[in-house]
Amino acid sequence: MAKEKPDLVYGTLDMLILKALQHDPRHGLAIADRIHQMSKDILHVEQGSLYPALYRLEAQGLIKAEWGVSDNNRKARYYKLTAAGRKQLAAEREHWSRITKGIGFVLSGA
Amino acid sequence: MPNVRAWFSRLFGLFRKDRRNAEMAEEIQQHVDLLTERNVAAGMSPQDARNAALREFGGVEQIKETAREQRVWMWADEFLQDVRFGARMLLRTPGFSLLVILCLMLGIGTNAAVLSWIEGILIRPYPLVAHQDRMFALASTTRGADGNTGLSYPDFLDLQKNSTLFESLIVDRITGTSLSVGDRAERASGAIVTANYFDALGVKLFLGRGFRPEEGEGRNAHPVAVISYQAWKDRYKADADIIGKTQYMNGVQHTIIGVAPEKFHGTFIGYSFTFWVPTSMQETFDTTGYKLENRGERWIEGYAFLKPGVTRLQAQAELNAIAQRLENDFPDTNRGNGFQLFPLWKTPFNQAGNMTSTLAITMAVVFFVLLIVCANVSNLLLARSLLRRHEMTMRLALGAGRRRLIKQLFTEGLLLALIATAGGIVVAYWCRNALVLSFPSPAAGIVIDLPGQIDWRVLVVSAGICIVATLLFALVPAINASHVDISGALKSDGGGVVGGSNRSRLRSALVLVQVSLSFVLLAGTGLLLQSLQRMQNTSPGFSTDVIVSGADLFSAGYNLERAKAFHTQLLDRTREIPGVESATLARLVPFSYGVFSSAPLEFDGYQPAPNEQINVSYNEVAEDYFKTLSIPIVAGREFQRTDDENAVPVAIINETMAAKYWPGKDSVGQRFKAKDRWVQIVGVAKNVNYENKIELPRAFFYVPTRQNFFISNNLLIRTRENPGAIRAALAREVHALDANLAPTAPWRVKEQVDRKGYTHRLAVTLVAIFGGMALFLAAIGLYAVMSYSVSQTTRELGMRMALGARGADLLRLVISRGLRLTFGGIVIGTIAAFALTRWMGNLLYKVSPRDPITFFSALIILVAVALIACLVPARRAARIDPARALRT
Repeated sequence: MAKEKPDLVYGTLDMLILKALQHDPRHGLAIADRIHQMSKDILHVEQGSLYPALYRLEAQGLIKAEWGVSDNNRKARYYKLTAAGRKQLAAEREHWSRITKGIGFVLSGA
Repeated sequence: MPNVRAWFSRLFGLFRKDRRNAEMAEEIQQHVDLLTERNVAAGMSPQDARNAALREFGGVEQIKETAREQRVWMWADEFLQDVRFGARMLLRTPGFSLLVILCLMLGIGTNAAVLSWIEGILIRPYPLVAHQDRMFALASTTRGADGNTGLSYPDFLDLQKNSTLFESLIVDRITGTSLSVGDRAERASGAIVTANYFDALGVKLFLGRGFRPEEGEGRNAHPVAVISYQAWKDRYKADADIIGKTQYMNGVQHTIIGVAPEKFHGTFIGYSFTFWVPTSMQETFDTTGYKLENRGERWIEGYAFLKPGVTRLQAQAELNAIAQRLENDFPDTNRGNGFQLFPLWKTPFNQAGNMTSTLAITMAVVFFVLLIVCANVSNLLLARSLLRRHEMTMRLALGAGRRRLIKQLFTEGLLLALIATAGGIVVAYWCRNALVLSFPSPAAGIVIDLPGQIDWRVLVVSAGICIVATLLFALVPAINASHVDISGALKSDGGGVVGGSNRSRLRSALVLVQVSLSFVLLAGTGLLLQSLQRMQNTSPGFSTDVIVSGADLFSAGYNLERAKAFHTQLLDRTREIPGVESATLARLVPFSYGVFSSAPLEFDGYQPAPNEQINVSYNEVAEDYFKTLSIPIVAGREFQRTDDENAVPVAIINETMAAKYWPGKDSVGQRFKAKDRWVQIVGVAKNVNYENKIELPRAFFYVPTRQNFFISNNLLIRTRENPGAIRAALAREVHALDANLAPTAPWRVKEQVDRKGYTHRLAVTLVAIFGGMALFLAAIGLYAVMSYSVSQTTRELGMRMALGARGADLLRLVISRGLRLTFGGIVIGTIAAFALTRWMGNLLYKVSPRDPITFFSALIILVAVALIACLVPARRAARIDPARALRT
């Protein structure tokens, strides 16, 4: 199976997932939709990398999963941020803004 | 720790794995369903919608796998899985697993036990003593003569004064006394030591102090003693105020100045000492007189601590130089006298020295067994690896990674090795206890302490060797699998002629090694067993039924005159006891641990070679000695009552002495000079063994007790009664002579003779046990190989049968292959055994190291065992149903 070129910078998916969960718990598809929507349709999360990332984050204790019922009355697994996840999000955000700022300087410099 | 809960949930997650997998599957299912719904809502047909959803999602199974791998603790998860799977695989072939575990267990266990024991005795024999790596035993040697003697005290002082390379030199001399316990006497062993003893050893006393330098000086000037912890607890009831109290020992009141720490037993391997006294008290504790100012009396067992960085050779060179000077200054006493350092494991004065050859052989044997174990386990694993080739290729084809397969096999090997190591530790402790139990007490009342603790380092090494071997060979299937062309391997499973491929050559080589090692062990065991039998059946030359008793007059404080009167009367009274056929006195009982007197001799008409120092051992015995011990007098006469201090000094010599110094002449009537006295030879006695049965014939002579009296003597009685019956009568007679004395418990010389042969018996027992084990292991190895090749060549054997071979032909085919291996092994083994059994020389008694009968018996036994090991698989081959064999 030929792989598409990932439209996400390596390592940023975790941060985006945390951000998508910042306010409300969501299930897998809703997380993908939310990222798509928040990025103004620019970013498309590959389903194949979503779940591994979710399990990874869960194992790290940054998000927590429980079974719930979706809007259209389906059973779905809902993820929400833990306290550690919130802290991690803040840290990543800070880190990210420094990196982008740095990259910006480099690219805009003479 | 904020993440403790997450950690626990993860840990817990490992055990909820199946539920997790189900959840994961359900979640992904839900996701796909949602996507499908969305596509339907967008106007697709349900079938298209679902396909599109699946396409969008990607390979569901791959995602599941990647997702699973993302989990932290993945490895632990996998490991547990491997362990479970491995355990299942091992249980599926319980016979194989049991064999491997059993082999490893025996190998690890016996190795650890024996090596710990050896290490404890030879390398670090003294608990609590610091710097044992710099500690050496120190003895005197006589130029041109084998063996060694103690040091004389004046020589020792000169060494102490003139040497520069030693940190300290100490004197240690075993001695004993009788301590009264209530109304009976109990023998206690102790040591005469230099005042620096405890300081030099770095042993801190439990109570009180060690000796002060001045306490080592003077003649009987400082009656002080340090007692052992055990004595303090048992005899003095752990009296906290013991320091300063007194104890009568050998008629002198000694002040107790210290208590040694609990684990300190002294520096004589094999004995636990009860007390220590300074060198100044030598005369009080030595039944053979005052020796501190006599350069010719060599009685000291010395130890030396080298200064850090000094090698034994450097120190030895310095000792040689000092010996040379002393030889020039004191030619009368020191002609040909040298000093020699011995590593502790070669200490000449104690049990360890006696046991060196035993232990060396045991060590070699144990090493052999370890090799056989490794070869065997490797063989079993290799055989199984071929059986599992199909499984491995199948798993590779189904997509398992090679890394994963290796990990799986590694885990299986580890599982085997760990179970075996656990078992091995149990075996080690059991063996160690059995070994220590089988070590007899050298004499009544003397406690023996052999530090045979299981040494963890030894255990680690033995277990390590086995584990590495196991893992190495456990991985073979995986390595094989990586070379396997999957489709090819799946198609044809085990064709081949019996024993054609590379791997079966490796296995055959392993069997060859096993058989040859087993042969060496069998031959060695046979030689030792045969020599043991000869040794037990050979008489030492005197009657060992003689009963020994006596009274400890020395400890009771008798002087020479009183002792003489006492012994004369006791001898007369004993001869009157009903049932006593004859009785005599001897200073030393043959085969005892005591040291015979010896003296430099001069002869009429014998010119010694330059540098030859003639020094012959002798015993002081009373009249009827030869009659009582049934030693034939070949010329002249036995001692008589009249050979006393008023008569001419006389001696009886043995045949070797007669032949050596008066060759071709009648030696009776000749004279020799010993200790400044001319002695007349009145008889020649037949040669006997004096100290042990394996000694070579040597010159020896006897002098009458009445002309060379000592306070301590043994009473030797020849009677048909048993020792118990004699005891009461003896007690009555001793009591009649001195109401305060009791005789020592009567025992037979035979007991001591057996005890002296103990080292040999121990070696034989050990080697026999290991030889049997090796045989058993070799049989397993042969069986595994033959059984495997039969199962692998079922198709070929079936073909042969279909083409007209009869069962008997196949039986012959399989057995002949097994026997070819066996004979190959035996040929190699014979060559190796010829080379190796030479080293057993001093343990062999009247048996040639190449004894043909022994080698032939070993061959027969090995072939018989090999036949049995091959017969089982061979019969299986003979019963093959060709129709079924060809179909599968």
